[in-house]
Amino acid sequence: MNAQIAGATAEGVFTRAFLIALALLFLAVFLALPLVVVFAAALKAGLGPFREAISTPDAVSAIKLTLLVAGISVPLNMVFGVTASWAITKFSFPGKSLLTTLIDLPFSVSPVVSGLIFVLLFGAQGLLGPWLAAHDVKIIFAVPGIVLATMFITFPFVARELIPLMAEQGKDEEEAAISLGANGWQTFWHVTLPNIRWGLLYGVLLCNARAMGEFGAVSVVSGHIRGETNTLPLHVEILYNEYDYVGAFAVASLLAGLALVTLVAKTLLEWRFDLNSSHVTRGAKP
Amino acid sequence: MINLTNITKRFGQYPALHGIDLSIRPGEFIALLGPSGSGKTTVLRIMAGLEFQDSGEVRLDGVDVSSLKVADRGVGFVFQHYALFRHMSVADNVAFGLTVRRNKSRGKTRNSRRDIRARADELLRLVQLDGMGRRYPAQLSGGQRQRVALARALAVEPKLLLLDEPFGALDAQVRKDLRRALRDLHQQMGLTSVFVTHDQEEALELADRVVVMNAGRIEQIGTPDEIYAAPATPFVSHFVGETNLLPGSLFGRGHGDLHVRPNEIAIVAGDAPDDRQDSAEVQIVNRFRKGPLWRIEGRLACSDRLIEIDSAPGHVVPAPGDSIWIRPKTARTFPASPDLPANSLNLPCPVSRQGEHA
Repeated sequence: MNAQIAGATAEGVFTRAFLIALALLFLAVFLALPLVVVFAAALKAGLGPFREAISTPDAVSAIKLTLLVAGISVPLNMVFGVTASWAITKFSFPGKSLLTTLIDLPFSVSPVVSGLIFVLLFGAQGLLGPWLAAHDVKIIFAVPGIVLATMFITFPFVARELIPLMAEQGKDEEEAAISLGANGWQTFWHVTLPNIRWGLLYGVLLCNARAMGEFGAVSVVSGHIRGETNTLPLHVEILYNEYDYVGAFAVASLLAGLALVTLVAKTLLEWRFDLNSSHVTRGAKP
Repeated sequence: MINLTNITKRFGQYPALHGIDLSIRPGEFIALLGPSGSGKTTVLRIMAGLEFQDSGEVRLDGVDVSSLKVADRGVGFVFQHYALFRHMSVADNVAFGLTVRRNKSRGKTRNSRRDIRARADELLRLVQLDGMGRRYPAQLSGGQRQRVALARALAVEPKLLLLDEPFGALDAQVRKDLRRALRDLHQQMGLTSVFVTHDQEEALELADRVVVMNAGRIEQIGTPDEIYAAPATPFVSHFVGETNLLPGSLFGRGHGDLHVRPNEIAIVAGDAPDDRQDSAEVQIVNRFRKGPLWRIEGRLACSDRLIEIDSAPGHVVPAPGDSIWIRPKTARTFPASPDLPANSLNLPCPVSRQGEHA
């Protein structure tokens, strides 16, 4: 049966081979090769310069800042993402479809524009600039601005992962829980959260990867102050512009390493996720 | 026990319920029967407190619970698709209500963990699932899952058990078994119960009283026998049991609709003009076995309307292509109502043909 279907839709041997070769070539040139080049360039001069490049005070400061920014924005976006998905999938309220659309806004807007939004809001010439200056609050060209821009950019990851999942699961289980006497928190903790945990983890992982790697929006609001407002991606750019190729690629390899770890974790999660859901559907006989 | 007074409900622009009044006595087993969209599930959810009425009052044991949330009403609710907690074992599912109540009172109630476990085991025995406590919902069949859902709802010792299409997602044999199990359980425990169904057979078999609903209104409340034998409205007559709608004028019985069940139709010889008095001609299109009888399908010669007839035992069964004459033995007459689906499909027959044969 399956073979028949495959037979009916399959192309000729030549077409198939051509398409597969094309896809592989594309992957090799645009994905695998750059990754290899990054690590090769980083280690070209040996381990010594590599270690040196990633342990200069500026690099260490960039690493710390990147970890701090991700450490703040990822947990917050996790909370916002769960809240937004919960609201959208479990309640009906006016403006619901507007909210659903707005969640995707950071994906559809260029990161540079996202950064500029914050400059226009909080910058010296911005809407709230004079007030902030009067109260001695620094947002633009400081850590708060970087955190805000990162949060804005990475907001959709968790919500977009959870909304379809929670919509598919419906609200029957939550209704069952409250009908059995559970309060809102108990329902969330004992029923909703366990049902979405893998999807949530997956969303957080992607959110984290982007939070650490974001360049455009952060670049606009950071001001590139060495040792203070430079995140890892910005630091890479500075080193590169100074023709310090080994240094630039050494730091870049950290980010590439993060990407690889994320990819592996994502694959593992998908596998786990699949196992879970197929386990449920397989048992779903009447 | 439970009293609904003038309950109305809208979903946006769509009026779901127009003034529902219903009283249920302690220990009764009630079926809410109706086609989809008739509002039966909404009534059940309003009783539970999962949905709130726009106006009207819900009283439980004389207390106005209209504004109480589901958790505070002391009702058990069984969902059509079970709604089991998929990541919890069967025993944890059943124990959930007791566990959250215990945690809420910070363990000050009499229920210890061991008590809860024992109670869960006891309930699983009650629904004939002993020994299944360690399994997960995904490892159970549909019928078993619905039993778990039932045990879980009973665990919190509700005053009122509400079931939303409890057999809707099950196949025929499991449905029958579970129906019997539910009836036994009701007889054993005497718990006031209300279930929603679109399956009239289910409603007539299980319920002490059936509430027939249509388009957000109650059409009739009565025992299964009353509903079947003495339908109060054309809708009930048409919806419950199989019913042919025949124009009364055709048989010299006034201008209303005759509601005739397939077994209430007599096949007359039709050879002599006298036989054709107050009878109608039917062209047979199909016949098939239906248990001990034959079901004959034909079309009224004068209007193309499809008629279903049960052959009486011992008679020759007409074959497709035959032409026969029929006459209703008994019938209920209602004013002609164009809303009934059968009426909208066909042109009415011309006025009485009595004169032709006289």
